[in-house]
Amino acid sequence: MNEQSPRKLTINILRYDPHVKGDKPHVDTFEIEEAPGMTLFIVLNDIREHHDASLKFDFVCRAGICGSCGMLINGRPGLACSTLTSKLPDVINLAPLPVFELIGDLSVYNGKWMRGMNERLETWIHQKEKEMRDINRIEEPMDPDLSEEIYELDRCIECGCCVAGCGTLQMNENFVGAVGLNKIARYRLDPRDEREDADYYELIGDEDGVFGCMTLLGCEDVCPKKLPLQSKIAYLRRQMVKIGLTKDIHKCDCLEHDEEY
Amino acid sequence: MSKLHHSRIPAYLDVTQSVTGLLLALFIVAHIIFEASILLGPGAMEKMTLFFEGYYLFGERHPIIITILGIIISALFLVHAALAIRKIPSTWHQYRTFRKHMKRFRHDDTTLWMVQVVTGFAMFYLGSVHIYMMMANPSKIGPYLSAQRVVEGWMWPLYLALLFCVVLHAFIGLYRLALKWGWFEGSNYRQSRRIMKRIMRAAILIYIVIGLASLGTYVSIGLDAGQKRIEKAQQ
Repeated sequence: MNEQSPRKLTINILRYDPHVKGDKPHVDTFEIEEAPGMTLFIVLNDIREHHDASLKFDFVCRAGICGSCGMLINGRPGLACSTLTSKLPDVINLAPLPVFELIGDLSVYNGKWMRGMNERLETWIHQKEKEMRDINRIEEPMDPDLSEEIYELDRCIECGCCVAGCGTLQMNENFVGAVGLNKIARYRLDPRDEREDADYYELIGDEDGVFGCMTLLGCEDVCPKKLPLQSKIAYLRRQMVKIGLTKDIHKCDCLEHDEEY
Repeated sequence: MSKLHHSRIPAYLDVTQSVTGLLLALFIVAHIIFEASILLGPGAMEKMTLFFEGYYLFGERHPIIITILGIIISALFLVHAALAIRKIPSTWHQYRTFRKHMKRFRHDDTTLWMVQVVTGFAMFYLGSVHIYMMMANPSKIGPYLSAQRVVEGWMWPLYLALLFCVVLHAFIGLYRLALKWGWFEGSNYRQSRRIMKRIMRAAILIYIVIGLASLGTYVSIGLDAGQKRIEKAQQ
């Protein structure tokens, strides 16, 4: 049987460690022999094991679940662990995700950004009555279809790919991004969250929120979990416009979340 | 009660930008088709002109209707442009950041947005000249007078550039507008988006072909009329 010789991959990695004094951004090139079923995660481990032990990159689950290994793969945000080299050309350029604080090489501090976003958008269930927040209380049953819809959006792994693929965020660093808007859509669907649309308007009813989205669709196209981001942003936009154009948002009876949470 | 302070103005601005954009895009869709009546002959275009001047309604020509229409379009154009400016890169740093992102990302829809920015910016000049001329000289619209303006008034280069700008801007805008508000999502919104994108591309192609054919016809009529005038003068 005539076996084809394995492909030689050229891996260009943008290297820079802001914590090393005098270090300057540069590109390091590595030659790797492709193996069947090889992912970029395997490539990076190979490089660290056999070529350069100082290469920094993040990974935990190796299965597209934790969202740690998000990076720019030939300019497009994606997860290293779920990207097969067979789908890529011979030359692969890797760079850290933009927007996020750089830890070093391909490793970024997306957790810090996500925490800030979650705190800002208060991405947790809000309930008025204290007894409703008793963790020992048995929850009300939820309609299975609604539950499925909520947990479809809850599949977000906060990998940061949508943030890095968003042109709006590149220009406006205060924009909450598709990840933030998806979270709001998820809580709005949840009957356990007693916030009203006016409360959500308070969080996302401006140019840093849903009205800042320029519908560039980058978020939608790079989401590794294939979440319906654009559809949910459109849904939120419609809801927020209804509130903005009809309700007196300054007099609405909104949740008291300042002191309670 | 928590301190609510958000303004409703962002909601108004977003809706107004979309509504003005939609009206302008629909106007363009109709305008190019009406303009293309020249392809059916000068008589058809003449009838179209008479229709818009209210001849069939009032029994006489009222070119002022064109001026009023021009004022309405100008108002929509100015409001839309003023609102759209909020979104475009306003500093060199922002522009450079976005451009770098666009080049690195090579993402179709992100690039389409930049096409909208560039064509929108070009229309500030190209569109303004055209609208002002129509408002100022509404009685000089017709198969022969328009052709004369295109050829002897040297308007064809402006109309050629305007055609590409306006068609790209309008149809990309309509496509993005539908996605922005979640129109025509259906049960499979990804599939709907693919279909809308195909429709957008087809519409751009069809409208550019129609526009070029119309412009070519005006040029041909204008050249012909010019030649006849020269021959008459020589006799």
